[in-house]
Order: sequence, then C-alpha cells, then structure tokens
Amino acid sequence: MADPVSFINWSLLALEPPGWGGVLLRGLLNSIEIAIGGYTFGLVLGIGGACGKLYGGPITRDLMECYTTIVRAVPELVLILLLYYAGTDALNYVLALVGIGQVDISGLVAGIFVIGVVQGAYTTEVLRGAIKAVPAGQIEAARAYGMSPYKVMTRVTLPAMLPYAIPGLSNLWLIATKDTALLAVVGFSELTLVTRQAAGTTKAYLLFYCAAGVLYLALTLVSDFLIRIIERRARRGFVEQS
Amino acid sequence: MKKTLKTIALSLALGIAAVGAASAEPVKVGFAAEPYPPFTSPDASGNWEGWEVEFQKAICAEAKLDCVITPVAWDGIIPALTSKKIDMIIGSMTITEDRLKTIDFSDKYYNTPTGVIGAKGVELKPTPEGLAGKAIGVQVSTVHQVYATKHFAPAGAEVKEYQTQDEANQDLAAGRLDAVQADTIALDAFLQSDQGKECCDYKGDVAQDVAVLGPGVGIGIRKGEDELKGKLNAAIKAIRANGTYDTFSKKYFDFNIYGE
Amino acid sequence: MTDTTPPDVTTHAMAFTPEDLPTLRSFFKPHRIVLLLIAAALIFCIVWFMRWDWLPQYLPRLGHGILITLAMLFSTAILGFLLAVPLGLVQVTGPWPLKALAKGFCTVIRGTPLLLQLWLLYYGLGSLFPQFPAIRQSFLWPYLRESWPYGVAALTISFAAYEGEVMRGAFAGVPAGEIEAARAYGMNRWTLFRRIWLPRAIHRALPTLTGETVLQLKSTPLVATITVIDVYSVISKVRQDTFITYEPLLLLAMIYMCLTGILVITFRYLENRIPTRGA
Repeated sequence: MADPVSFINWSLLALEPPGWGGVLLRGLLNSIEIAIGGYTFGLVLGIGGACGKLYGGPITRDLMECYTTIVRAVPELVLILLLYYAGTDALNYVLALVGIGQVDISGLVAGIFVIGVVQGAYTTEVLRGAIKAVPAGQIEAARAYGMSPYKVMTRVTLPAMLPYAIPGLSNLWLIATKDTALLAVVGFSELTLVTRQAAGTTKAYLLFYCAAGVLYLALTLVSDFLIRIIERRARRGFVEQS
Repeated sequence: MKKTLKTIALSLALGIAAVGAASAEPVKVGFAAEPYPPFTSPDASGNWEGWEVEFQKAICAEAKLDCVITPVAWDGIIPALTSKKIDMIIGSMTITEDRLKTIDFSDKYYNTPTGVIGAKGVELKPTPEGLAGKAIGVQVSTVHQVYATKHFAPAGAEVKEYQTQDEANQDLAAGRLDAVQADTIALDAFLQSDQGKECCDYKGDVAQDVAVLGPGVGIGIRKGEDELKGKLNAAIKAIRANGTYDTFSKKYFDFNIYGE
Repeated sequence: MTDTTPPDVTTHAMAFTPEDLPTLRSFFKPHRIVLLLIAAALIFCIVWFMRWDWLPQYLPRLGHGILITLAMLFSTAILGFLLAVPLGLVQVTGPWPLKALAKGFCTVIRGTPLLLQLWLLYYGLGSLFPQFPAIRQSFLWPYLRESWPYGVAALTISFAAYEGEVMRGAFAGVPAGEIEAARAYGMNRWTLFRRIWLPRAIHRALPTLTGETVLQLKSTPLVATITVIDVYSVISKVRQDTFITYEPLLLLAMIYMCLTGILVITFRYLENRIPTRGA
C-alpha cells in the first residue's frame, strides 16, 4: 500500500490465480444457483399458498395469512438466521419422527430452503393478487362448461393470471438474486462473502466490492432483458384494463 | 391440486434426504469463513491454507477420519456445531469455562499470549488505565471480546465488536480504532503485512486472566462424543510425538506455538 | 425494475401494509378462537419451556437498541424521501444528462444488494483513509470515524432509489389537465410545482410510502454488520454471550413484528386523516 494508486491493481481481478476473478465468478455462480433454487421453491410454495389463501378452508386460510404476515413483517436477515439454524433443526426433527432419521443438510440446500421460504410468502401475495385480477366471469364460464376445479386451474386461472403476475414475479426474481447476499452472514460462500474474503486477504476493499457490484448489476440487467422478452410474449393478446 | 402438492413436498423431502445420505459419512470440520492468517486464509484459487489447515490435515490423517472442511460464520460456529451442521471446530477456539458449558473440547493444540496493537507513534499501554477513553476493536465471541469487556470497558474504553478479525484490523488501519486486541500471532501476521507495517505496531501483552483467556486452543466437539474426543486427543499426542506437528509449525513460526 | 411494473405490487407483497391489519371483530369466529387458543398455548410453551433467564440483564440494552433502530429508520426514510423527490422529478422533466444520471443511479442502487453497498461504503471508503492522511485532519473526521454515518448514508441512498422510482411514476401520473388548468390560471413554473404538481404527486405516492417504510425497517438490521449497535446487534450479542440461539432470535422476530405493527397502525391513522376523494 506504499504506492497511493495501488488500490487499483487490476491484476487482482485476473481469472487465474493469483488473480481472484475466478473465485468471484464461482461465488456468482453459487449465488445464481441459490437464487434459482430458492425462487423455484418459493414459486411452489407460493402457488400452494395462493391457492390455500383463495380456495382453502378457513383454517388453511388463516395459517397462510400467518405465514405471509410473519415473513412480510420480519427482516429477511432475521428470518434467514432463524430458518438457517432452527429450520434445518426442525426438518431433521420431523424427519426423525417420520423415521427417516438424521439427514445432513448441505449449505446449498439450506440456502435454497431459506431463500425459498421467504420468497414463498412474497410469491403467495403476488399470485393471490394476480388470480384475483382474473375476471370472475372467465372462471365462472369455465365452471359452467363442467370443468373440474383442477382443470379450471390449469386451463383458465393460471394462464389468465400470468400477465398480471409476471411483473410481480419478475421483481421477485431480482429480489431473490439480491437476497442471496444475506447468506454471507451465515457463512455461505456466495458472491458477497467471497468478495469480502478476497478483499480482506488482498486489502483491496474498494476494488473487490466494486467488482462484485458490477457482477450483481450485470446479473440484474441481463435478467431485466430476459424479463422484458418474457413479458412481451406473455402479454400477447392481453387487453390493458384501466 | 392437493395431491400434486403432496407429491412435490414429498419428493422435495426425499431429495433433501438423498443429498444428505450421499454425504453422511465424512466428518465436517468447521472454521470461520474469513481470512485469519496465518491460521486459515483463502487463496486466489478458492482453497484454504495456513497453519491450522495443515494441523487439521495431520490430525485427520492420524485419527483416520474422512474430513471435509466446512467454512461457517464465526459468530454462529457453536450453534452450527450443536445443530450438527459441522462435527468439530478447528478454528483457533480457546477452551473456556463458558464454552465448556455448551460444548466439549479436546486437549489444547496451541497456546499463545494475547496482545494489543495500536497506531504507530501513539503512546498506548495495554492496561485498563492506558486504554481509558480509547476505542478498542475485538472480534465477536472471542476470549478477547470477553476480556476487553471485563477489564477495559469498565475503565472507560469503548469496546467495538467486529464479525471478523480482519475487519477490526482494517478499521485500525483506517484510524477508526485506537487499538485492537487479539491473539499475538494473528496480530503479528497483520503487522507483517504491507498495510500493518505502515500503520501500526505492537503495544504489549495484556495482563493474564486464565479464567477468561483460558489454557489454550482446543478442537471443539459436541458434548457426549467421548469416542471422537479420545481419538482426537490420541492424534494430537501422536503428531506431537512423531514430529509432524513441529515439521509444519516450522514453516510458519520460529518459536514453539504449543506453549508450555 | 421493468417500466411496466407498478412498484407497489411487489412492495405490498414484501411488506406488511395497512390493508392487512385484521379488524377486532374478525377474531370472534369459532375456528379463529380455537386457533388463537392454540397460539396462546404455543406462546405459553415458548415462555415456559425455553430459556429466558438472560432477558432481564439485557433489557436496558434492548431498549436502547430499539431506539437506535427507530432512529435509523426515521432519519433515513425522511432523508431518503427528500432525495427521492428531485430524483423522480428530473426523470420526468429534467434535461437528458440529469435524467440519465438519475436513472443510472436508481438502476445501480436497485440492481445491487444493500449489504454490498454498505460494506463498500464502510470498508471500501475506510481503506482510502490511510492513503489520504488529510482526511483525518478534516473537520469531518469525528463523523467519518463513527460507523453510523455510513449506515445512514447507505440506507438513505437505498430508500431514495426505490422511492425515487415511485415518485417518477407519481409525477408522471398527475393528470395533464390539472397542470394545464394551473397554467391557465397564470401560475409560473415554481408556483405550479409547489402548489399543484408536488402535492398531487406526493398524494399519489403516499399509499406506497407505508410499504416502502416497512421495507426500510426490514433493511435496518444490516447496519449491525458495520458495528452499529441496533436491536439486531444486541440480540447477536446475547447469542454470542449465552450460546442460546433460538430464544433471542424468536424475541427479535417478535420485536420486529411489533415495530411493524405499530408502524402500520400509525400510518393507517395518518392516511385516514388525509382527505381523499372517493374513487
């Protein structure tokens, strides 16, 4: 650090050691992996949650309400800590009760689980809003044709709600990618934590944090680009009502 | 719909179980996922290196354990151990009375004094009076945090707690702290670095307090795992006796890190 | 992030808002009474069977931590909103360099994790201090030395970027007729802005403000990672001192739920006092 400009030592970002670029990229890959896994798990939970909230019995409805209320009122960081320590413990406990016995949960699975549970609550709300936005007449018409509830769901409700849901869902994807950063606090080596390690080892804090910022931004912008394409496809034949 | 949901839930659960079953055998060795030279620090290819990594390899080879290194957050390392995310801690964790209430330890495998560093050219004594009114940085949930809170805080020092040792060092270099208390070896590694050379120097050891600073560093394990404990203790003895310990220690230190 | 997205949809999905508040009467349904009893039993079990002996010792510090959290929340929300107004405005009417700048700012801040921004500000800037000794002589040094200014800065910037996007929509959404009417009255640009455009835009943005503030509350614990001692940090200390994991975290979740609840109730009270023409 004797040289005042040594904090812009670009060779530190080289992809091959002694550069740390490869480590950062692997961290980014980990982040994306967790984001995709968590988002998908959240989507599954969200579809279940939204259906439960809209079509479930009074008790299901109230339980779902509790789930979404808690997740929406408590910071993600706290939820992540709680789920990371307690959630996996509880899962083991339940599995032991069922008789499968102890399982050993890898960091990746725990990360996906944690992000998924948080995303699940958000997705529930987005989907519930979207399903409610589908004109009731369409669903009634489907029922009048004698479709089973399952068929109504897959043939009418889900396709018809997509244009309403996609903006919210795409925002949630962006949030999932950023929420993975919080896993740094539990020591999961995703992009933010490996950046901190690299910065701490080399003392080039500014350089590495900026580099990680650029990577996150690139992820956001690429996602944004893809989302626009998907959105355009999903909105074909969709009449704006306002 | 309900049926599909159930199927999905079940397959998810089984998926997790399958992931678990595949890697149930190895012993997971936890340590803090942060640069803590010269004990554990990541290199540019993403591997961990340092004295403690070599120690861990030697122990696992000696005790015939199939070890997998598992970096976790330092402030959650004991919960990670008790909730079985890791099976032992080889992470410069000092044996203390407080920790023994929650977890168990092997015999010590190294012991070094505790010291204080501060900015160059500033008069600073590592005593409660000398640090009164100063900001002193420590890493959270370390013996140093307990020590500083017990001895320095009542005399008027502001004890600031950091998630990692590296962040405390960084803030000392940035001038946000007046002093940092830590293990002398870890501090020495910082003082040897370019940044450390520039900014800071050693201010002296702190007064001994065995109740807080403990008899040394041991391998943390869950309570009741006496078989593992026996194996680890035997392995520590064996690598000390057959010279392995000294061989890799010489690469890092020119003094006896084991202590008395 | 996409232009077609109404930001309030996602905000509502992520933050507990006044519409979600239950009415008192809704609790008196048979199945709810049963559920409430089960919940009460659960809470009783938590209180009775888990370890809470550490609580009295940490109560004063917890109270202090809550105050710090609230101070962080309100100072950054207010500062952030003040910054959001010009950010939204220049994106609607500004000259193109300013427009691009504001848009770029919002994109960058919204496209990267807050935790990273915080660490960039605190440790990144911190690593510059040794290289520029002049900073330590400046009058700002007593503040740069502390950690809370960085927390406030990062949270303010983040709030400004998210709310700036909302304000952009709000400014753009004020009906052109109202602005034309104001012009027809002979108002100059500044009066028009002050009397018509700004109040109408703020009025339009208000419903999202609650959600954004709750989201901001949910972001505040991140400052604990740069040594600010907020309520999250106090709980972390409990965890580290006592090696108890679940009880402190449960209490922390409870505290945040109460804070959110109080915040939302206050906002609903305020919203009800602002006259709106029935839609």
